[in-house]
Amino acid sequence: MSANTLWSPPVERLEALAATAAEKLGGALLATTIHAGELTLTVARDSIVATLTTLRDDPAFLFKTLIELCGVDYPERAERFDVVYHLLSYKHNLRLRVKLSTDEDGAVPSVTGVYPAAIWPERECWDMYGVLFEGHPDLRRILTDYGFQGHPLRKDFPLTGYVELRYSEEHKRVVYEPVKLTQDFRQFDFLSPWEGAKYILPGDEKAGEKQG
Amino acid sequence: MADIDIQNYSINFGPQHPAAHGVLRMVMELDGEIIERVDPHIGLLHRGTEKLIEYKTYLQAVPYFDRLDYVSPMCQEHAYALAVERLLGLEVPERGQYLRVMWSEITRILNHLMNVCTHAMDVGALTPILWGFEEREKLMVFYERVCGARMHAAYVRPGGVHQDMPAGLAEDIWAWTESFPKVVDDLATLLLGNRIFKQRNVDIGVVSAEDAMAWGFSGPMIRGSGIAWDLRKNQPYDVYDRMDFDVVIGKNGDCYDRYVLRFEEMRQSLKIIRQCLKEMPEGPVSSTDRKVVPPKRGEMKRSMEALIHHFKLYTEGYKVPAGEAYAAVEAPKGEFGVYLVSDGTNRPYRCKIRAAGFAHLGAMDFLCKGHMLADAPAVLGSLDIVFGEVDR
Repeated sequence: MSANTLWSPPVERLEALAATAAEKLGGALLATTIHAGELTLTVARDSIVATLTTLRDDPAFLFKTLIELCGVDYPERAERFDVVYHLLSYKHNLRLRVKLSTDEDGAVPSVTGVYPAAIWPERECWDMYGVLFEGHPDLRRILTDYGFQGHPLRKDFPLTGYVELRYSEEHKRVVYEPVKLTQDFRQFDFLSPWEGAKYILPGDEKAGEKQG
Repeated sequence: MADIDIQNYSINFGPQHPAAHGVLRMVMELDGEIIERVDPHIGLLHRGTEKLIEYKTYLQAVPYFDRLDYVSPMCQEHAYALAVERLLGLEVPERGQYLRVMWSEITRILNHLMNVCTHAMDVGALTPILWGFEEREKLMVFYERVCGARMHAAYVRPGGVHQDMPAGLAEDIWAWTESFPKVVDDLATLLLGNRIFKQRNVDIGVVSAEDAMAWGFSGPMIRGSGIAWDLRKNQPYDVYDRMDFDVVIGKNGDCYDRYVLRFEEMRQSLKIIRQCLKEMPEGPVSSTDRKVVPPKRGEMKRSMEALIHHFKLYTEGYKVPAGEAYAAVEAPKGEFGVYLVSDGTNRPYRCKIRAAGFAHLGAMDFLCKGHMLADAPAVLGSLDIVFGEVDR
């Protein structure tokens, strides 16, 4: 259906799937979107385990595999994180995206009981975003260093991080030091200034005042 | 004599173990030689790829994908290109699609050769790696001829591929497809019937079809368990729907089945490469939408418009409409997916990389429990792990 060369199911199938989901999930389902040949269901945070169990076991869905689980950060929102689940149904040859939102303190029920494949992705999501998963058997950091502080994929975490490490000949071990850059990382913020760049252009500081 | 209290003991497997395929540290709890628990510690090669991509334009993000699974670089660029194209609604010319499919298959052979040879070495056979790497070398020369780099290609880009093949390359690839089956056969004779090799692999690391689905396996790991699932057939991209090849499946879901399956997949890939070479039409290799794909250098010297496009695309880049897309390809190791979230600017808002190896290694504890210590390298070899993609 889509213009490009990547396979996607006909829109009618996605619409039918969305209708079935609305019927079977009831109040847990908050919104459905079909965009670029993909169906997204937004669900309530507390109902995620029940939702995924239905999606896995109901003959209308049979989404047997959790392909991916990841976080997305929107710092300007009240519930700043999205947790996104990508499911795959071999039987119906369909993909589905399930989403929920959460904040720094609220815990998301862990889906490791439904899909054992979620164990590592949930650890990664905790490591990268600080999203808590309630009922996870082993919620440790996974990709970052032993003793790492902070959650690096948050939008307010700097690209350079806070510490760097080197082998110190003096101490005969690896030592951590605050990051010292001899040169700033290049910013590729080249959006045309007359198409809505958010920063103030040099020399343009007083333009707003005159109008006001 | 008083009873001796025998305790389980833990050992460290890696991070500098030759069979750990890079930097894997596994803390193993053993009861004698039986593995009770495996706790893989990953992240020793973590480079923050996803974070870095958020700070680069869409085109600048391409080379990061080569550096994930550095044994199959082009397949990963392919997934990224498909995701960007889906958001842009961009068409790829037919020749570009054929080239992508052909190079994906060359990449698959490159990867499977690496895997079958190192797996053999992990269980004690030293000859295959010497034979296999000679062939890999030839393939990397093809890589170099088409894109200038032996491994980190940056060849498949949103909109098509970077450039057409130089004169003579198609003929040389054809000649290679004629000589390569002999190497596969030789390797097969050397290993597949070998008694020691079978003792190390048959009935080791058995995965049932149900477990394979529950643990999110893909690629040879799920086909080895008898599920005929191949994205190239089931959810085809580019011109895979025109390709004539068979999906290879295993029966028992053990290391040996997955191993034999990879041999057969190389033969199938060869078929696809030949079909591509035969059917490939002439024409542009990349989209001619100059708002996304930069013009060629020659054109830039003559046309003012091309010069402006070139300048704009290499500074600001192109903007991708807001939205989200998930694109997956059948990479040699399994399903490699890219989940892109765009906020309408010239940089991805979020780029999540779904690596097959991450899901497979996540099941290491499940796979190894109850096996002997010496089986762990065999299981690890059949998972086909490369740390570039696991740690990202």
